[in-house]
Amino acid sequence: MGAFLRDPSVLVEALRTLFLGWGLSPGLTTLLLYVLGGLVLATGPMLWVIFLIWFERKAVARFQDRLGPNRVGKFGLLQPFADVLKLLTKEDIIPAGVDPILYWAAPILSVAGVLLLWPAVPLGLGIGGNINVGVLYLIAAGTVGTFAIFLAGWSSNNKYALLGAMRTVAQLVSYEVPMVLILLIPVLLARSMNMQDIVRAQDVWFIVYVPLAALIFLIVSIAEIGRTPFDLLEAESEIIAGFHTEYSGMKFAMFFAGEFLHAFTIGILTAVFFLGGWRGPGAETYPVLGILYLWLKGFLVYFVVVWMRATHPRIRIDHLLNFSWKFLTPLALVLLVVAALLDKVVVDLGTWPRALAHLVSHGVVLAVTLQIVRAWARRLPRPVVSEPRPVARPQPQPQPTGTGD
Amino acid sequence: MNGTQWAFLGVYFLLALIFPALPIVIAHFLGPRRPNPIKDDVYECGLKTYGSPWVPIKVQYYLFALVFLIFDVELVFLYPWAVAYDMLPMFAVFEGILFILMLGAALVYAWKREALDWYEPTMPEFRS
Repeated sequence: MGAFLRDPSVLVEALRTLFLGWGLSPGLTTLLLYVLGGLVLATGPMLWVIFLIWFERKAVARFQDRLGPNRVGKFGLLQPFADVLKLLTKEDIIPAGVDPILYWAAPILSVAGVLLLWPAVPLGLGIGGNINVGVLYLIAAGTVGTFAIFLAGWSSNNKYALLGAMRTVAQLVSYEVPMVLILLIPVLLARSMNMQDIVRAQDVWFIVYVPLAALIFLIVSIAEIGRTPFDLLEAESEIIAGFHTEYSGMKFAMFFAGEFLHAFTIGILTAVFFLGGWRGPGAETYPVLGILYLWLKGFLVYFVVVWMRATHPRIRIDHLLNFSWKFLTPLALVLLVVAALLDKVVVDLGTWPRALAHLVSHGVVLAVTLQIVRAWARRLPRPVVSEPRPVARPQPQPQPTGTGD
Repeated sequence: MNGTQWAFLGVYFLLALIFPALPIVIAHFLGPRRPNPIKDDVYECGLKTYGSPWVPIKVQYYLFALVFLIFDVELVFLYPWAVAYDMLPMFAVFEGILFILMLGAALVYAWKREALDWYEPTMPEFRS
């Protein structure tokens, strides 16, 4: 047990000896171990999402001064299981005129796109993702979800669904650019695309180096999963339910599970890139402890995402696209240039001076950005609701005609 | 990372597809199936769908996709530069920055050509 806590790979070796002892060939043994590892890696998030659904419903309910699920089990904890049972026995309605292959593929890809992100995530020292082009893999795998949503909208044979899908492409594609840009900054600071190396480089968390980049990454990630305030792809007051209008039962549930899991996954990714990943007291000696730290940090960020969802109203599509192209992208470009220039100068100064130099540069960039935004906002015409009408005068005034709408 | 670990990704890819597919298939066979024309109709607030939904979509969406394509392809080239940062002389760093500035110029160009503006011809002018 103690050996496992110190080095989890002994478990893999023990299993390998066990399988070899059964008389399996080495190649088959490796394949079997891969399948087992993959099962563990995929089952964990899929089971965790059941809890996430309960947590999010409960948390959002509390934010909105409601109780949330509280009937099935203690605190309504068994509610998701009841939902799963209900969804399993629900009639599988496939509307006439859908494109069957794409219609079936979309919800599957929606979850698969999220699950595919997990092999790149380093769960602890020597546990989990160790891909040498991890960040690139992450970006590539992250686009599968966009495909899924667009396939759903396109195959549904429904105008609202197609509108939702089109919005999705415009939105996700727009926010992909600042995301790729901002991920360059941790890569630049760690000098590696391997996410394990990025975590190992964070003797000081990268959020201390580049807080603006962390913030932009969080915003962009929320936009990438299409959550409130960026949930234009399923804006229920405008286009019914967007891309999943024609979906019901388990297929609809898969879209939802994918979204919830993606929300948690971006929490994990933010933790990996900016909050030190699995690092914490004792995580080097006991790598299993690292999983717990990563989970806690990821859950913290996830809570912030839920919090934003419960707080902000949906924004309009032109504002949404402007925010990405005219604010986040230029800002990310500037941050990247600043980080690239600065790091060459301060790289030899040691950890803390280097971190502080980056922090100060971000402070300067933030101040300049705010000044520019303020100057820009002042040039806008001031909103006029109606003619000013004095209300505190005793004698009646002649009413303004024709302009007071 | 050696080649065999990419094999793990291949195995995992299959698993990631099977995992969500299982509940959907199970639900498909567990649930009742009593289709009728009204139930299977396209949901459009009780109205009959007029024409095919697969109609031309306004070009604005494609403009964004085009701009994105330029940016994304170029940005991927920056990743090797960021990874090799320690080995680069200052000159090469400046070259990378020049590349980023060119991207910035492309952004300004697209901005000035109003490719990034959401053009809404029928939207009334709100007093906001």
